[in-house]
Amino acid sequence: MRVMVMVKATKDSEAGLMPTTEMFEAMGKFNEELVKAGIMLNGDGLKPSSHGKRIAFDGASRTVIDGPFAETRELVAGFWIWEVKDMAEAVEWVKRCPNPMPGPSEIEIRPFYEMADFGEAVTPEIEERFQRLRDEVAGAKR
Amino acid sequence: MAASETHQAIEAVFRIERARLIAGLARLMRDVDRAEELAQDALVTALAEWPRSGVPQNPGAWLMTAAKRRAIDGFRRDKMLARKHAELGRDLEDAQDDGARRIEAAMDDDVGDELLGLIFTACHPVLSREARAALTLRLIGGLQTDEIARAFLSSEATIAQRIVRAKRTIADAGLAFEVPRGAERDARLASVLEVIYLIFNEGYAATAGDDLIRPALCAEAQRLGRILTGLMPDDSEVFGLLALMEIQASRLNARTAGDGSLVPLPEQNRARWDQLLIHRGLAALTRAQALGGGRGPYALQAALAACHARARRAEDTDWKMIAALYDALREVMPSPVVDLNRAIAHSMAFGPEAGLALVEEIANASALRHYAPVPAAKGDFLFRAGRRAEAKIEFERAATLSRNAPEKAFLLKRAAACEG
Repeated sequence: MRVMVMVKATKDSEAGLMPTTEMFEAMGKFNEELVKAGIMLNGDGLKPSSHGKRIAFDGASRTVIDGPFAETRELVAGFWIWEVKDMAEAVEWVKRCPNPMPGPSEIEIRPFYEMADFGEAVTPEIEERFQRLRDEVAGAKR
Repeated sequence: MAASETHQAIEAVFRIERARLIAGLARLMRDVDRAEELAQDALVTALAEWPRSGVPQNPGAWLMTAAKRRAIDGFRRDKMLARKHAELGRDLEDAQDDGARRIEAAMDDDVGDELLGLIFTACHPVLSREARAALTLRLIGGLQTDEIARAFLSSEATIAQRIVRAKRTIADAGLAFEVPRGAERDARLASVLEVIYLIFNEGYAATAGDDLIRPALCAEAQRLGRILTGLMPDDSEVFGLLALMEIQASRLNARTAGDGSLVPLPEQNRARWDQLLIHRGLAALTRAQALGGGRGPYALQAALAACHARARRAEDTDWKMIAALYDALREVMPSPVVDLNRAIAHSMAFGPEAGLALVEEIANASALRHYAPVPAAKGDFLFRAGRRAEAKIEFERAATLSRNAPEKAFLLKRAAACEG
């Protein structure tokens, strides 16, 4: 199963505080372990929310809100995508991660939806429409 | 934490550590069977102790120490037994002392990266391809015998026997569980890559009605490929194989229709291709090429797969590039099937006459005389060249040779269309 592993933001990450050399090294070692275990698919760090924007939807209206955003603990500072056997394995790997922040921090694991989870919701017609849109985009680019 | 949750956590830790544990133990004991037993014993010890003490800081090292202690106890017990019965000579006692001493000396060693040595041993050419695949899945993939049997559509007894024999062969050959060096390394690496790709293809060949463990073989092979790139970051063909598998696997969702039938590549819904896997595959291919291995057989096949992956629509496919890649592939991996694909690629790139000229050469080769795809391809070229009557004959011939009912029906439909 594929999971997204999200490093939650802290005051430090939101302030744009860069990790120390030791933290970089420890994280590099951990990443190497992930690669050697064959579970790492992707991963990266995100800039503080002061660089971000939000688009709020309400009916037909779209409102753009500039960062930074207040609810620090709910923000994401970085992520990985892993391929693991089950959630228990993902949990064990996260436990091995060095603390990604200088202070207390949190990492959240969320499994991806898989095709089978959608069941009847994605009809062949919906898929075909997706494909048509894609074709049009590809056509327009040429 | 509930007891079952703790149990589950321990199982997960063990799954993460198992292959490395067995690798280290096999190297010490020079006995893969005993290594597996000791690893299992270590799990049993952990299941008894960790619920009370908690999972240790470094669970891998903890499990290794527990297993080594068991190994030493085993040597001592054997020695006592030998003394009691007094029927074994001093040689054996010495050997047992040696074994115990060797492990005592290694008691505090770190759990190193002996995994690569185990992979090379499980894929050793002294073993048959089937045995190599079964042993690799068992030792590195951690699959149970019955799972391997289901995956390979075989009986549990057959697979169990295959594994037992393979282990005996390894013991008899006195393999040291090491990574080979020099010239031997290349040949042995080829054998490792072959086994991983065999596992992948077994999963890729799975059809809708199959046990889910079969398609899961693709994921297992990809994981093995990813592990290998982590352990051998300078070997281009390792990246070539990974690139090939990632790109092929990106199409797994798009490959089957709702009724379980296979959807050919040009008709697949490309919106269902897994873009993350394509991205990873292309990155691995770039790495293989940067390492100077762009002309390796796996890298070339990956480059072919990449041509399709890059095309957003079937008609955007770069057939000239594909034709050139097949020209190169037949140099390093000559096979009639490659030649046939090359003819098809040339027909797409340069017109049906170009395809006809090439397929003529193959049709005369004996290996493919009764191979339906040859007349099918020839029929397609003739049809596109406007030579309908000749095309019809080829499609009918292909239908006669085909043993697959839907394929046969498809070919007859094409034959009938020649009359229009």
